Amino acid sequence: MDYFVDILLIALSASIINNFIFYYFVGICPFVGVSKKVEMAFGMGCAVTFVMSIAAFLSWSITVFVLIPGAPVSAFIAGFFTTPEAAAQIDLTVLSYIVYIFAIASSVQFVEMYVRKFFPPLYRSFGVFLPLITTNCAILFACLTIMNHVAGVDNPKEMWDLGRAMTLALFGGLGFTIAIVIMAGIREELELCDIPKPFEGAAITLVIGGILAIAFMGFTGVDSGVKKALRPSPQVSQAVAQGESVALLDIKDCNIQGVIMP
Amino acid sequence: MADQPTAIERFIQGILPENPVYRQLLGLCPTLAVTNGMKPALTMAVSVAFVLVCANVVISLIRNLLKPHLRIVVFTLTIATFVTVADRVLAAYLFQMSKTLGPYIPLIIVNCLIICRCEVCASKQNPFTAAADGLGQALGFGLALASIAAVREILGTGMLMGFRVLPALWPDWVIMVLPPGAFITLGLLLGLVNYIDFKREEARK
Repeated sequence: MDYFVDILLIALSASIINNFIFYYFVGICPFVGVSKKVEMAFGMGCAVTFVMSIAAFLSWSITVFVLIPGAPVSAFIAGFFTTPEAAAQIDLTVLSYIVYIFAIASSVQFVEMYVRKFFPPLYRSFGVFLPLITTNCAILFACLTIMNHVAGVDNPKEMWDLGRAMTLALFGGLGFTIAIVIMAGIREELELCDIPKPFEGAAITLVIGGILAIAFMGFTGVDSGVKKALRPSPQVSQAVAQGESVALLDIKDCNIQGVIMP
Repeated sequence: MADQPTAIERFIQGILPENPVYRQLLGLCPTLAVTNGMKPALTMAVSVAFVLVCANVVISLIRNLLKPHLRIVVFTLTIATFVTVADRVLAAYLFQMSKTLGPYIPLIIVNCLIICRCEVCASKQNPFTAAADGLGQALGFGLALASIAAVREILGTGMLMGFRVLPALWPDWVIMVLPPGAFITLGLLLGLVNYIDFKREEARK
């Protein structure tokens, strides 16, 4: 049950509450550049979600098996040269950025080859987006978030497993798709509007993005409400057992969180 | 290569005529994310300047060895190396600031600005020109970041770098330091820059 709640919260948080575009500002370049047609935006969103899942899988595996102190692969290799105690101390996390960007670049390359060989129509619809995804901040951001939750925690029990990492990637990609498709829909209508000349293009997109971000701020605090509903405190469960009606979603929980990072 | 701009031209172009944020719309992710205050914005600008200049010089030194189909990978790996250096230095000397900036320092790796400069200038011209180009672009980037951060911090908190600039009865527009404020500020400033551009072109005619 706890695990399920965790997964649900990660999914909600990544897709809606802390949306990659409207909360963390990653992947702004495609948001401004590609969001002109709904089909194109949807294709881009799917491609990003797909590559993000692969990159999340790779980065989680690399972090857990190679980079963190006491990881099996690095400890095994170092075991030939030093004592096992010293080998368990080896910390390769300083290399993580280089390793991640290499993993992303190569996985994009492989995905491109695979899709071109086996799904030619899909490849044609992705077009130039697929190589561009290599330099998409959202993917590296997902990898870094996973790293923070694997290598940056002191308590081994709080370490994310593969399921949590994949949930973050899948639903982060979903949130990205939602944002970029909404924007594309609005921009299709914008072509009929009379916009002041200096604001045409990127400027009006950014202003609309700001208004959408205000809308998405309305989801702030949903996670604490859900958490409270699914993991009720002892008083609440007692009250429920006695048949009293309890407001599970309390407006007081919906505080506006930190400005830049949780 | 006669048609390539010289070092001085590159340097001047980067600051205003080809400003990375307002004209080329590159590197928007950190622009939006770290400009809720002047201090993080300036720290970010300095880190970007360091990475940009170093990566430009290194790419320019090895430009004759680059294979066309592998160049993006070489670019990103070079940039990643310098970003790791910048990240470790920040974590060592400005720990609180590196916590505030969070994942945006590592995200410099995929900043389009640096890859674009490597592609446009460093992979074609000599190291000196590349360094000048990097400095100019970094200066332009820093100016853009500072302008956005100034608007957001002054309107959002009434303060600038810890000093109160607006009277105390100013109602803080908290929305300006929250994520939506970033989008709206950048959008409006972009419109303003375009407007000044149009006016100048009309005056020239």
